[in-house]
Amino acid sequence: MLRHETIEKNVILLAVLTLITVSIGGLVQIVPLFTIETTIERVEGVRPYSPLELAGRNIYIREGCYVCHSQMVRPFRDELERYGHYSLAAESMYDRPFQWGSKRTGPDLARVGGKYSNEWHYQHLIDPRSVVPESIMPPYGFLVRPLKFDDIEKHMRALQRLGVPYTDEMIANARADLVAQANPDADTAGLLARYPKAVVGDFDRNMRVVTEMDALIAYLQMLGTLVNFAEVTPQQLRQ
Amino acid sequence: MPTKIEKDALTGKLTTGHEWDGIKELNTPLPKWWLYILYATIIWAAVWALLFPSFPGLSGHFGGVLGWTKREDIAREVAAVADARAPMFERIRATDLEEIRRDPTLLRFATAGARQAFADNCAPCHGSGAEGRPGGFPALIDDDWIWGGTLEDIVTTIRHGIRNTVDDDARQSQMPAYGQLLTRREIEDVTEYVLSFSGRATDAEAAKRGETIYAENCVACHGEQGEGMRAVGGPRLNDAIWLYGGSRDQIIAQITNPRMGVMPPWQGRLDEAIIRMLAVYVHTLGGGE
Repeated sequence: MLRHETIEKNVILLAVLTLITVSIGGLVQIVPLFTIETTIERVEGVRPYSPLELAGRNIYIREGCYVCHSQMVRPFRDELERYGHYSLAAESMYDRPFQWGSKRTGPDLARVGGKYSNEWHYQHLIDPRSVVPESIMPPYGFLVRPLKFDDIEKHMRALQRLGVPYTDEMIANARADLVAQANPDADTAGLLARYPKAVVGDFDRNMRVVTEMDALIAYLQMLGTLVNFAEVTPQQLRQ
Repeated sequence: MPTKIEKDALTGKLTTGHEWDGIKELNTPLPKWWLYILYATIIWAAVWALLFPSFPGLSGHFGGVLGWTKREDIAREVAAVADARAPMFERIRATDLEEIRRDPTLLRFATAGARQAFADNCAPCHGSGAEGRPGGFPALIDDDWIWGGTLEDIVTTIRHGIRNTVDDDARQSQMPAYGQLLTRREIEDVTEYVLSFSGRATDAEAAKRGETIYAENCVACHGEQGEGMRAVGGPRLNDAIWLYGGSRDQIIAQITNPRMGVMPPWQGRLDEAIIRMLAVYVHTLGGGE
């Protein structure tokens, strides 16, 4: 029998056994990732974020929205009654990083898109208690400042390298698409061809300039809207 | 180097037999109960891993001997609840709204269910007591209806929403931005005339001038006496209820650059039966016609 003493007194043996132990631990964590594709449901409609939505998502992360809001409808009946269909892996496959969150001080936002009007989001972000008196959310009025988006192509290029299927055409049109999505009078044919179901509008009563508010509301308004669950079959949901 | 196990004089415990520079180690083994629970959990984990989905493979994962999946589990659970609700939901779907209101059983079911749905879906804009919120979110407990307060009107509004871009049947209307069509003076005059509907005009001459402007621009949607027009969602102007405020400045602001409410469509998001229950519930809140 291999005694403690034998290992402790033989540094080569100790190193080899340590390496083996650490390798097992590493492999258990790393190997399953090689087959991660098999966990993604084959549903239709999920696309990369439009430039304005992506900018909004960056603000969502910057402001730490995920600290109080999850984006993950769990497969429990009470959650389904309140929020809609449980979240699929496919719905966050282009999230780098995902925003599932782990704490709900506020409600889950995975399917908040289209549930409220743009005006409601605007008022709610400026002064949450003006529409929901019992809310404890802090106000985000400062988001009416102009959005800085001169680096939006770089964001998209970085995500492209991580495997998000942004095409070069999407990146070339990024700034035009971003401005068009925040302007209800703009020609949005190209934008909607590249990013189907993108919500176009003046989100914040300010047509002159694209603000952080525009970006954040555009992001919120698309959450959970990409997959049409009326057409999803049980086969597609099998992992 | 193990020397010899001996009994420690002070504690009465045995030593491990190790000795380093004269320092000896007491042998205090883990309590038996603790150790056996640890072994039991290891066995439990192994059994669990066999029964339920656990190990990843190269093409998929080991699904477990029981073949259990959470997704089938939740589908069964949802189906069971849907079955339990089906008899009442079927009746709600098939019964005329007016009859639901008259039938005590259906009315009780509808209002109890709709109260929950209202809290989840409607309260953020209309208030938890349907009292409305400032900034264009109308109260539903009064008899001032922009798009109509009959059961049919309410159910249509809930189904398709107002001025959204998602539903082709959404209620549509648009107030022009008169800031670009009228002069500041004209807007002030017509504001004075609008105030006269509720007896608040202070400048009779301005109101007189405003009357002509009102007849040319506003009457088509707001009616001759500011009584409103539900077909186009033109709100009443001759009462004390104002969506965006009723002070002179607020009215001027609304005429100059109007704000218009948007309501999402609930068809698709909510079950048809729940939409009908909500319509009946809202109708009972006080203002139903």
